[in-house]
Amino acid sequence: MTSATLPGAASPDVVHGRPSLLGDSVTLTQRSLAHWRRNPGPLIASLGFNIVMVLMFAYLFGGALQVPGGGSYREFLMPGMFAMTMVFGISLTTLAVSADMDRGVTDRLRSMPVSPLAPLIGRAVADMFFAVVTLAVMLLAGLAVGWRAHGGVGDTLAAFGLILLLRFALVWVGIFLGLVMKGQEAVAGVQTLEFPLGFLSNAFVSPATMPGWLGAIAEWNPLSATVGAIRELFGNPGWGGESWVVQNYPMMAVIWPIVLVAIFLPLSLSKYRSLSS
Amino acid sequence: MTAGNYAIVAEGLRKRYGDRYALDGFDLRVRPGTVCGLLGPNGAGKTTSVRILSTLLRFDEGRAEVAGFDVARQADQVRYRIGLVGQNAAVDEVLSGYQNLVIFGRLFHLGAKRAQQRANELLERFGLADAGSKPVKAYSGGMRRRLDLAAGMILTPSVLFLDEPTTGLDPRSRNEVWESVRELVRSGTTVLLTTQYLDEADQLADQISVIDTGKVIAEGTPDELKAQLGGDRIDLVVHNAADLASAAAQLRQVAGTEPEVDPDRRFLSAQVGHRAAALTEVLRGLDAAGVTVEDVALRRPTLDEVFLHLTGRRPQTAEEAEAAEKEKKAKKGKGRKGKGDESKSGSPRSENVEEVPA
Repeated sequence: MTSATLPGAASPDVVHGRPSLLGDSVTLTQRSLAHWRRNPGPLIASLGFNIVMVLMFAYLFGGALQVPGGGSYREFLMPGMFAMTMVFGISLTTLAVSADMDRGVTDRLRSMPVSPLAPLIGRAVADMFFAVVTLAVMLLAGLAVGWRAHGGVGDTLAAFGLILLLRFALVWVGIFLGLVMKGQEAVAGVQTLEFPLGFLSNAFVSPATMPGWLGAIAEWNPLSATVGAIRELFGNPGWGGESWVVQNYPMMAVIWPIVLVAIFLPLSLSKYRSLSS
Repeated sequence: MTAGNYAIVAEGLRKRYGDRYALDGFDLRVRPGTVCGLLGPNGAGKTTSVRILSTLLRFDEGRAEVAGFDVARQADQVRYRIGLVGQNAAVDEVLSGYQNLVIFGRLFHLGAKRAQQRANELLERFGLADAGSKPVKAYSGGMRRRLDLAAGMILTPSVLFLDEPTTGLDPRSRNEVWESVRELVRSGTTVLLTTQYLDEADQLADQISVIDTGKVIAEGTPDELKAQLGGDRIDLVVHNAADLASAAAQLRQVAGTEPEVDPDRRFLSAQVGHRAAALTEVLRGLDAAGVTVEDVALRRPTLDEVFLHLTGRRPQTAEEAEAAEKEKKAKKGKGRKGKGDESKSGSPRSENVEEVPA
């Protein structure tokens, strides 16, 4: 503040390039990644939590649970855990979005010549990077406790593709929740969503053992579709079932995420555009 | 096309929430290179008008132009020409000041290399060069606000919106921010400043618009507004509290109105007509009545008094605003009800003359 000549003061405008959705999205993705590099604590905690979950289920609850068809419990467990970690990722997304809102960063971006879609895409892409890291760690944890994929390479890759597809859909749910809820409210809101979405499914318990209506909800849970489909692709034991949706899990594991994105991406964009109005 | 001479034009802006109008026929014209202070009580519509003019919020009726472009139809053109500095530092706390500025520079499409140069220039200019690589959460309140100003200045905007830029800052940080704002104006930027602090408007603004219940109820230079209130005032401090009643009587006789009395400070104040004559008359009267005067002043009305006159409300002082802010935060955090201390920070111009022993 001591200088007498001010840089850029004489020119009416600093020369700038043209707006670009791709360029802005890349910049905002890099921002999230830089944020994590400087502050990796929450991510490490999240990975640690997932590993603890695997160990708890594998060694603590594992003995008490009966596996359908008498197969290995850990083979049965891991597909559910893979999908479950994608569900628990929702809160990371929601918290990041609501933190930007609380601090006024979102307002600043909205007052700049940045496409309204770019901050949302930046968030989604960064979170997908972390989803891949999460999945890689879970894969190692699974191998360590004795889980194996018995399908071909193609089937195995397809299974991981379906898991990430589910995460991609849930990112948009998380973004939307972050835009409509505030701070502490967002944390509580997302956690109350994550647990029923995670446990009211076929991940750990057979829907057949639930009361009829609850079992139907569990079977139609998008998480169940992904878990059912990847158990098949990995060649791991599963519950099976007679209902239409259970018979069509591989298809539903694709359709459900597409439906969720088709709902929550436009909702998020429209909410972002009209924030605080 | 009528707006060529103005950096900001608002005509008949209305913004409705349910059946309540946040803005109800808001008009404003600000000449380029000047500071316009938007002054008003909480909920008067200050922030709403800034959010509309900075393209964040849609409005229901009226017309607005900023830097020569229509806010509703040419929002992107406007966005290349404005800076917005809100009530909290709108930056990533984990990233460094430099990283934040580079990201915003790239989002203004400067290109990677130019964005880095610009970040360094701005850190230098706002006295943050040494702290540039530190995470923002290690910054003081004043440093954050300066970083926020720097982020708002990346393209050297034609129009800068400052929404209560010094709320919650200590006096030294406030001065730093004021100095930065003055510098921006010297470089040709037009500033629209909202504030609840009258001294801030008095310090910075060339022109003040007083806003209440969604519309501008008075405008002019600080001096013009003070002149609107009319005559000068005489302030007195008497030596003995026992003399307050007779001093009040003397003042009443000369001024023709009931003077304001603050017994705690042994202070009296009244508006007078003919300044010098009134002063002489009051002092002579007091002398005759044997009242010892400790201090006497003939002065112009303060913006505080103008504000009270215009809105019927006294504006918040910095301390009160801070206390209110703290209480709001405490409520939000714990959901616990704080004990109100309504009376403590009461107005100094209480009219309890009858308490003075005769």
